[in-house]
Amino acid sequence: MSATTTVTPVVQGVNLVKTFGRVVALDGADLELYPGEVLAVVGDNGAGKSSLIKCFSGAHIPDSGEMLINGKKVEFKSTSEARRHGVETVFQTLAVAPALDIASNLYLGREERKPGVMGAVFRTLDKKRMRADSAQHLKDLGISTLQNITQAVETLSGGQRQAVAVARAVAFGSQVIILDEPTAALGVNESARVLKMIQDLRDRGLSVILISHNMPQVFEVADRIHVARLGKRAGVVTPKSHSMNDVVAIMTGAMKVTAEEQQLTPVN
Amino acid sequence: MSTATTSNLTEEFHERRTPLQRLQGVLHKYPYLSPLIVLVVAVVIFYLLNDRFLLPQNISFVTQQTVVVGTLAIAQTLIILTAGIDLSIGAATTLAQMAMANLAVYTTASNVLPIAGQNPYVAIFIGILVGVLTGVINGFLIVRLSLPPFIVTLGTLSVFTALTLILFKARTIQKPEMPEVMQWLGNTFQIGEFQLLYGVVMMLILYAIFGYILKNTAWGLHVYAVGDDPNAAELSGISTKRVIFSVYVVAGLIVGIAAWLTIGRVGSASPNPDPLLNLDTITAVVIGGTSLFGGRGTILGTLIGALIITVVQNGLSLAGLDQAYRVLAIGILVIIAVATDQWIRKVKA
Ligand SMILES: Nc1ncnc2c1ncn2[C@@H]1O[C@H](COP(=O)(O)OP(=O)(O)OP(=O)(O)O)[C@@H](O)[C@H]1O
Ligand SMILES: [Mg+2]
Repeated sequence: MSATTTVTPVVQGVNLVKTFGRVVALDGADLELYPGEVLAVVGDNGAGKSSLIKCFSGAHIPDSGEMLINGKKVEFKSTSEARRHGVETVFQTLAVAPALDIASNLYLGREERKPGVMGAVFRTLDKKRMRADSAQHLKDLGISTLQNITQAVETLSGGQRQAVAVARAVAFGSQVIILDEPTAALGVNESARVLKMIQDLRDRGLSVILISHNMPQVFEVADRIHVARLGKRAGVVTPKSHSMNDVVAIMTGAMKVTAEEQQLTPVN
Repeated sequence: MSTATTSNLTEEFHERRTPLQRLQGVLHKYPYLSPLIVLVVAVVIFYLLNDRFLLPQNISFVTQQTVVVGTLAIAQTLIILTAGIDLSIGAATTLAQMAMANLAVYTTASNVLPIAGQNPYVAIFIGILVGVLTGVINGFLIVRLSLPPFIVTLGTLSVFTALTLILFKARTIQKPEMPEVMQWLGNTFQIGEFQLLYGVVMMLILYAIFGYILKNTAWGLHVYAVGDDPNAAELSGISTKRVIFSVYVVAGLIVGIAAWLTIGRVGSASPNPDPLLNLDTITAVVIGGTSLFGGRGTILGTLIGALIITVVQNGLSLAGLDQAYRVLAIGILVIIAVATDQWIRKVKA
């Protein structure tokens, strides 16, 4: 254990507080994500899971508390700042622009310009390259149901939209990928593919935060399980130390995680 | 194997689409098609009613009639694409135009000192800056104070109108007083039997520029994204406030240019704006297939929309019909356009 405690978390949140008017979404929440692990974040509706990860995504600015990336303090004012630190997010709302096509959505906010004068002076987008690369990213993900990369996202099914959002995060994530219920709208095959993809990302050395209400999925891929409750962290356990029922009990407050049971360090 | 099944399925799926659904899909992809059809039908009808309608001199006249609304409609398109609206556009144009004229022509009635030294070039430049300033004011109020564009521009409509009257009194600057360069865009040149305004060329250049920008630059894409779904845009790393502010400033620039154009077109500068100008720009955008909910539409559609307005006006008067029919026809077209937009937005591939 002494060896593992020296590992610096790639993402760390300390005592994060976020309020919306009178609603307290985060009430002193902590989180550690270690390099090369899959951390599942579970909790009841309104437990503050999305609010928590949105701080790391740059979508929320916490009222107080500290955020660290690789041990260095950060303050994200926008999602692009988080992206620049290698943190990519699939938001629960997907955050895709419905009227824009798939390729434009993949590159939204970080468009590629044409080389040379056209790009530098006339700021022309390199649509050809972005389309080709988008098609490749989708292919890499094994998403074959999206045939036309210039199709408007609003014409896609819910699952296909989710696939676009996942593809966008995976294509650009260099360090951390946060997935807020990425399989909610997916069919059985597509869900399995996303779980497989999460494992592949871990194998490539990336760190993943997965928010999910689907316990079997969580137990299948997670190295550690962070249980959120009432805007705080109720505890961190592993699929080996605790059962699904235990985790549900921790979520609802029926069970407490003792200090010895906590898995606050990486498992491997 | 699985891909083969999928494509078979999609083929089957495509075959099952009704002609109506296919039309919906096509209009979704090319939103300027419906206004184009309307324009063609209108032209044919008016030609049948009176064959003078298609004479070169009448066509030239129609383009001249379109130029002011058409230019301002570019600004209105940008704003409506962000799900905004500009009710102050006519008043802002009048303010910029009066500033321009008064700076170029020294008048004792004016409260403004002849700071431009009566140099018409400087006057045009400052007048355009006044246009930009109106955009800055609108953009600032909308973005910084998070006020709805409808309310803000309703307010600035009065403010700009009042400023025009306070600063420049209620004096019209007549054609003989106006320096030649100020009227330059109102000059015409001949192509065959067509008499075209320099202003029309200026308008078409602006359409080409903004058509290009909207389609081929990141800024253009962000304008669409911001109007389409502001939350998604923000989460994708786009600064929605910056984009919206920049749109109002650019719209102000177009207003400034339109002010110069109006002087050329009318020959004089009057402090009383054309009362229909505001609504006509919005009408052109809406008939042109741009959604009032933002995020979808084309600049080409707006040009067609602006042409439809003047074609209907001109065609009805050639047909000897009362202008009340123009108002009626435009009203019906607006309702059809909005209904079509609602229908198109429900498209499923
Ligand atoms: N933008 C917001 N404005 C106001 N209240 C908010 C906002 N975002 C979250 N909240 C509130 O903060 C609390 C936590 O919400 P959050 O979305 O983080 O929960 P969650 O754990 O992700 O829930 P779910 O499982 O339903 O996605 C809720 O009470 C919610 O109503
Ligand atoms: Mg949530």
